[in-house]
This record gives sequence, structure tokens and C-alpha cells, in this order.
Amino acid sequence: MKYVHALLLLIALLAPTRLWAVEPDEMLSDPTLEARARALSKELRCMVCQNESIDDSGAPLAHDLRVLVRDRIKAGDSDTQVLDFLVARYGEFVLLKPRLSWHTAALWGLPPTVLLVGAAVILLDLRRRRSGQVAGEQENLTSAEEARLAELLRDSSAT
Amino acid sequence: MIVEIGHFALVLALGAALAQTVAPFWGARVGDAGLMGVGRSAALTQLLLIAIAFAALVNAHLTSDFSVLNVAENSHSAVPAIYKISGVWGNHEGSMLLWTLILAAFGAIVAAFGRSLPARLRADALAVQGMISAAFLAFILLTSNPFERLSPAPFEGQDLNPILQDPGLAIHPPLLYLGYVGFSIVFSFAAAALIEGRIDAAWARYVRPFALTAWCFLTLGIAVGSYWAYYTLGWGGFWFWDPVENASLMPWLAGTAFIHSAAVMEKRDALKVWTIFLAILVFSFSLLGTFLVRSGVLTSVHAFASDPRRGVFILVILAAFIAGPLALFAWRAPKLRQGGLFAPISREGALVFNNLFLTSACATVFVGTLYPLALEALTGDKISVGPPFFNATFGPLFIPLMLVMPLGPLLGWKRGDIVSAAQRLLAAAVLAAVAVAAAFAIEHGGPVLAPFGVGIAVFVMAGAVTDIAERTMILRLPMRATLMRAIGLPRSVWGTAFAHFGIGVTLLGIVAVTAWGSERIVAVKPGEIIDISHYRLTFDGVFNRPGPNYRDVVGHFTVRRASGDVIGAMEPSRRTFPARNMATTEAALMSRGFSQLYLSLGDPNPDGTVPVRLFFKPHVLMIWLGAIIMFFGGGLSLSDRRLRVGAPRPAKAKAKDKPALQAAE
Repeated sequence: MKYVHALLLLIALLAPTRLWAVEPDEMLSDPTLEARARALSKELRCMVCQNESIDDSGAPLAHDLRVLVRDRIKAGDSDTQVLDFLVARYGEFVLLKPRLSWHTAALWGLPPTVLLVGAAVILLDLRRRRSGQVAGEQENLTSAEEARLAELLRDSSAT
Repeated sequence: MIVEIGHFALVLALGAALAQTVAPFWGARVGDAGLMGVGRSAALTQLLLIAIAFAALVNAHLTSDFSVLNVAENSHSAVPAIYKISGVWGNHEGSMLLWTLILAAFGAIVAAFGRSLPARLRADALAVQGMISAAFLAFILLTSNPFERLSPAPFEGQDLNPILQDPGLAIHPPLLYLGYVGFSIVFSFAAAALIEGRIDAAWARYVRPFALTAWCFLTLGIAVGSYWAYYTLGWGGFWFWDPVENASLMPWLAGTAFIHSAAVMEKRDALKVWTIFLAILVFSFSLLGTFLVRSGVLTSVHAFASDPRRGVFILVILAAFIAGPLALFAWRAPKLRQGGLFAPISREGALVFNNLFLTSACATVFVGTLYPLALEALTGDKISVGPPFFNATFGPLFIPLMLVMPLGPLLGWKRGDIVSAAQRLLAAAVLAAVAVAAAFAIEHGGPVLAPFGVGIAVFVMAGAVTDIAERTMILRLPMRATLMRAIGLPRSVWGTAFAHFGIGVTLLGIVAVTAWGSERIVAVKPGEIIDISHYRLTFDGVFNRPGPNYRDVVGHFTVRRASGDVIGAMEPSRRTFPARNMATTEAALMSRGFSQLYLSLGDPNPDGTVPVRLFFKPHVLMIWLGAIIMFFGGGLSLSDRRLRVGAPRPAKAKAKDKPALQAAE
């Protein structure tokens, strides 16, 4: 159900000018520069589109941005300079990979936090339950014995 | 008249759903078997009534009854019959009706076949299921009535959105909904277990058929959606990290985690609290998926319901069905007793690892999808989170998962021997190393890490094969004995191997197509040649071709091998639908083995040239082939004798046959 892309594409296709993502006449003749332009385009958002990069989008704005990126590259800008230029002009919204800052801290921080907290909880739980084994609730002992029994049986039948 | 019957049936279904909510719940509290039995008949009645309503709507679409608003807005008399039917769920109202139909069907399965379930558990689960049903039926009747009449009836319909007139999108929503809604049963059982305050290994056995069914369909649904996007959108991407895609990926990730933790619960009586929590989480993500797509919150409003009333209604449903059970969980979970102990290096340990990384990956998708919305709502700052973010965060979480995956099935329950497991994976590791070397040797260019991606994919596939080879003792026993062992293996073991193998296949496809795909974007005149990979295409010209309800402008290309022999023709087109004055790009695909040539056409330039995008997509079909293998694996596991619906054995019998079972593994 990626109607979003589809619809935007449709809107683009219906517009009077010919429009569909990267067009032949925009491309740079130098293949290394063009490759850099393509890589950068994938990191930049077409701001009038729904979560589409300017590399994928057929909107007129995306076309203008692609040309702008290529102009900057031709003028000798580094990749960072191109991105800085666009951020200065259009704001952080243009970046599909937000830069780390105070207002994106939670965004970048959550995945590693979930992983680390999860790992910590698992380790603590393992340790707690191992020491808790001695304290011994009745059920715990029985189930442990049961499992031990199953293991013995398996060992004997597997050999 | 039929339409009014459908509407009336839907109102009655709401009544049945309410009865299903109240009667069995009350019956379970006071121990009245009669009241609990009401839940079953209510569930079956409800299915019947919703089926009548759904059939009425299908009939209206099939007969092009334009006096029904829904038909007039989403159909056309010239649309082929299959799209008249798929038009039923190609819009908000109809798709919600399909959602409740599937919901009621799953409830009816519990009612009809759950004879061996504990009576109170079944009654409570049916009550919760009825509650979900009632909420969604009320939503449909109050805000999204598909049976709304239109007067005067228009002479012709507005046509189904051309984008939806495609076999892929005709079956995509039902598959996805079977997945989303299938997890509702798991959720209802979890809520029932929490109400009861008691849970044991048998619970995992009851819900596993439902979870597996849901997972299979969700896998297939996502794959169909992805393939559809690939061939429709004209630039050959297969995954865009679009919020709408993420909405279906989150339940898949959480659901995959659930299937694995439920396996631990079933076999070892451990991870019970966590499994219950996951059950709530999976369905929450399913609801969230429905909400994200249906409410217009993503501002992809053109596509669907932009009516805020609906959004708020769904938000209330969402809040009630997520916060309610979570509160219940917080209250009841401490009472649930944790079961079997295990060492860190064990099958359980590997599955915990799986759950940790899958859950983290799910959290990543979640935060990436919703963070921009939350930030904008809270501070007004607008940021974008797109593919580069997900590639940077999701990828690193998936790699460890892939590396440990082959190890899991080779470790014993409770306490595993990592050295012996690693030894048994030696062949797989060697094979992976060879693959890395081969990828370095054969492919030039592309990211440096890509050959290692190939290595991981091969390791995963070889690991799945190793699992089966070890269990059947192939080459170590005579062929006949191996065969007997292979037949004797539980189907769930085969299912695991297939599903894991499928992941490897998908991964291989993703790596190959991302790293080594090539692309030509050129404007061509008739007679001109485009070279790509080992193929040479000649553009022969453009012609017109009429269709049933559209017109095609077709470009004809002859495809040759580099050596010069013709291997076929490709005909990409631009399709115009006069009824809506819309156009679509119909890309031409030519499969060569698992690889594909992909060609799409732009609008002709004034100077007579035609812009063309040509891609060579190496091994791209593996992406979806892998998903089909996963689906098949899930189906195999589902068909396992022990897991079939209605055949759960009492806990005592299970304990007895446990040793035999483990010996077989």
C-alpha cells in the first residue's frame, strides 16, 4: 500500500512538464561527479513530497534541487559543503538522515538504548534467577528437576 | 434492497459483537457454562452477519450499482470484474469492512474449533475478540458506512484509482489484513490469560497456529506490496522505508519475535511474561499500522480518509486497546510465575538474543516512523527521517541477528555446547568465506562491504541446510536411514529451516541488487541502442494500443545478448485512464534467471526522443522468492501435528512425550 509514492508520481506525471526523477539532460558528463550527485540526491528530501528523496521524485522542486546539487558539485563543493548549503537554505527538513542534535537525540538514541537496556535486563534477570535458585520456590525446583530428567533422557537416547 | 440488507446485517453484527463481549466474560466470572457458550454462538452469528454485509457490498460493486456512494466513487462499469471486486477493499470504508470480516472469521475459528481449550480461557478470549469487533463495527457504522446511498444515482462511476487496478494491489490488502488481524487472536488470548492471572506452556501451544498463520500472511502481504512498488513505481526500488511500509514491517518484526519467544514458552515454560507482553505489542503495532494508514496522520491525505473524525475515533480505539491491556499487564504480570531456567548459551539464550535484536529493530522502525510526527506536534520543528536513517540504524541491528541465526537451532535446550555447534557450522562458514572471495573476484565496483553481505546470506542459507543435515545425519548414515530420519523430523523443524533459508535468499537478493545493479538514463530516438550489463537494447519506436478502460502508449525495444542474438522484446508503456484523467507508468520487466531487466518510459520530448530508464537488477527476484520460502516454511510449521488448530493436547500428555520429542530433534 505505497499509494503515497504512487500518487505523487501520478501527480507528477499529470503535470504539464515532463517529469520523472532523474532526467537524462540533468546528468553531469563526468561519471564520478554524477555518481557523487546521485549519492547526495538519495540523502536529500523532496520537500513537497511524502518522504521521497529528490533522486526518486518527479516533482519540479526535486528537479530544481538535483540541478542545484550538480551546480554546487561542478563549482567544486565537497559533499559536506553541498549539504550545508542546502540546510542553510531549506533547513534540516531537507536531510533524510537528520543530524545528531538536541532535538534528534531521542531519535538516534532510542535504538541503542533499547538494545543496551534490553541486554542489561536480560543479564540481571539471569543473575537474579541463578542466585534465586538457591532460595528455591517449590515449583522452580520441580521444573528444574523435570528439565534435568528430560536432558538425561535425551542424552541417553541420543547416543 | 440487497444493500440495505447488508447495512442491516452490519448493525445486527454489532449487537452480536456486544453479546460476545458481555456474555462469555460474565459467564467466566460466575462460572456459568451456558453464558460462556453464548460467546461461541455469538461469534459464529457475527461472522455470518458480517459475511452477509460483505457479500452485499461485493454484489453492489459487481453489478455497478452507482446509487451506492462507495461504488460510484470507486468503480466504473468498464472496469474488469477482478477490479470491481478488489475495488471493494480499494477504499477506506470497504477495507474496514474486510478488516472486521477477517476479525470475525478468526473469532469464529476459535468458537468452532477450540473445543479442547480450557473453557474459561476460550470464553475470555472470545469476549476480548468481541470487544475489538464491536469497536471496529461501531467505527464503520458511525464514521465510514460503505452502504451510504447516493441520490440521484450518477450514470457512471468515478472509476477505481488506476494505481489500484493491478493484480498485486488487488491481493495485497487482504493478505496484509490476514496478518494484522490474525494477531488479534494472539492478543485476545494474552488478555484472557492476564484476566485469568494464570498462564502455562499450553497457552503458547494454543496461540501458535494463529500466530504462524498471521505471520505467514503478513510475510506474503509485505512481499506482494514490495513487488508491486517495484514494478509499478517506475524506478525499481523494492523498499522505501515509507511510513506506510513501516506500518506493516513493525508488526512483522514484533510477530517474528513473538513466534520465537512462544517457542521457548511452549517447550521450556520460560519467557512467559515477555511472551505475553509481545503478544500485546504485536497487535498494538497492527492497530497502529491500521491507524497510520487510515487516519491520514501521515499527511498522505490524498490517498485516504482525510476526515479527522475518523482519525480521532481510531485514535481512541488505539488508545483503549493498547493502554488497557498494558495496564492489565502491569497489574497482573507480577503474579505470573516464571518457569524453566536456562544457561546463557542454550537454544533459549539464542532465542532471547533473537528477541532482543528483533525488538530493537522494531523500536528503530517505530521511532524513525513516528519521531518526525511527534517532534512536529511538540515543538513545531520539522525534520525528515528517510532511508539513509533506517539503513544506518536497522542494518547494524540485523547483521548480528543473521550471524547468530544458524547457531540457534544447533544449540540444545537449557544448556548448549557452543563449541560443538560452531564445529558443525564449519562447513557453512567455509562456504560463506568462499562466497565472499568469489564475490570479490567476480564483481567489480559496488560497496566494499557488499561481498561480506553475500557471505552472511550464504552463511544463513548454509546454516539452515546444516541444521537439517545434522538432524538427518546425512552422509554419516546410509541414504535410507537418512531419508527415514528426514521424514520423521517434526514439520516445525523443517519449517524453521525453510524460513531461515528464505531469509538468507532475501538477503542475498537485497545485497546483490543494491550493490551491483546498474542503470542507464537516456533519451533515445528510434533505432538507437542502449547497452547494459551483458545486454543490448534497440529502441524500435512508439505505438498506441487500446485497453478495456485505458489507452497505452507503448515503446517497443528489441533485447539482444552482447553476442547479438535476439532474446526478446520489451514493451514499457504509459497508460492513460480517461475516466479519472490519470496516467500510470507500466514498466517492462524481463527475467533472466533471478535477475531482471527493468525498463520504463517517460513522456516523449518535443525533439522526438523518448526518455528511458533502464535498469539491470541482478538477482532481484530472490528478494521475493525468499519471502515465498519463508511463507512456505511457516506453513510447514503450521501443519506440524502438534500445532494444528483444535489439537492441543492436555499438559500432562505433553510432559510425557517430551523426551521422545527431544530425541527426535
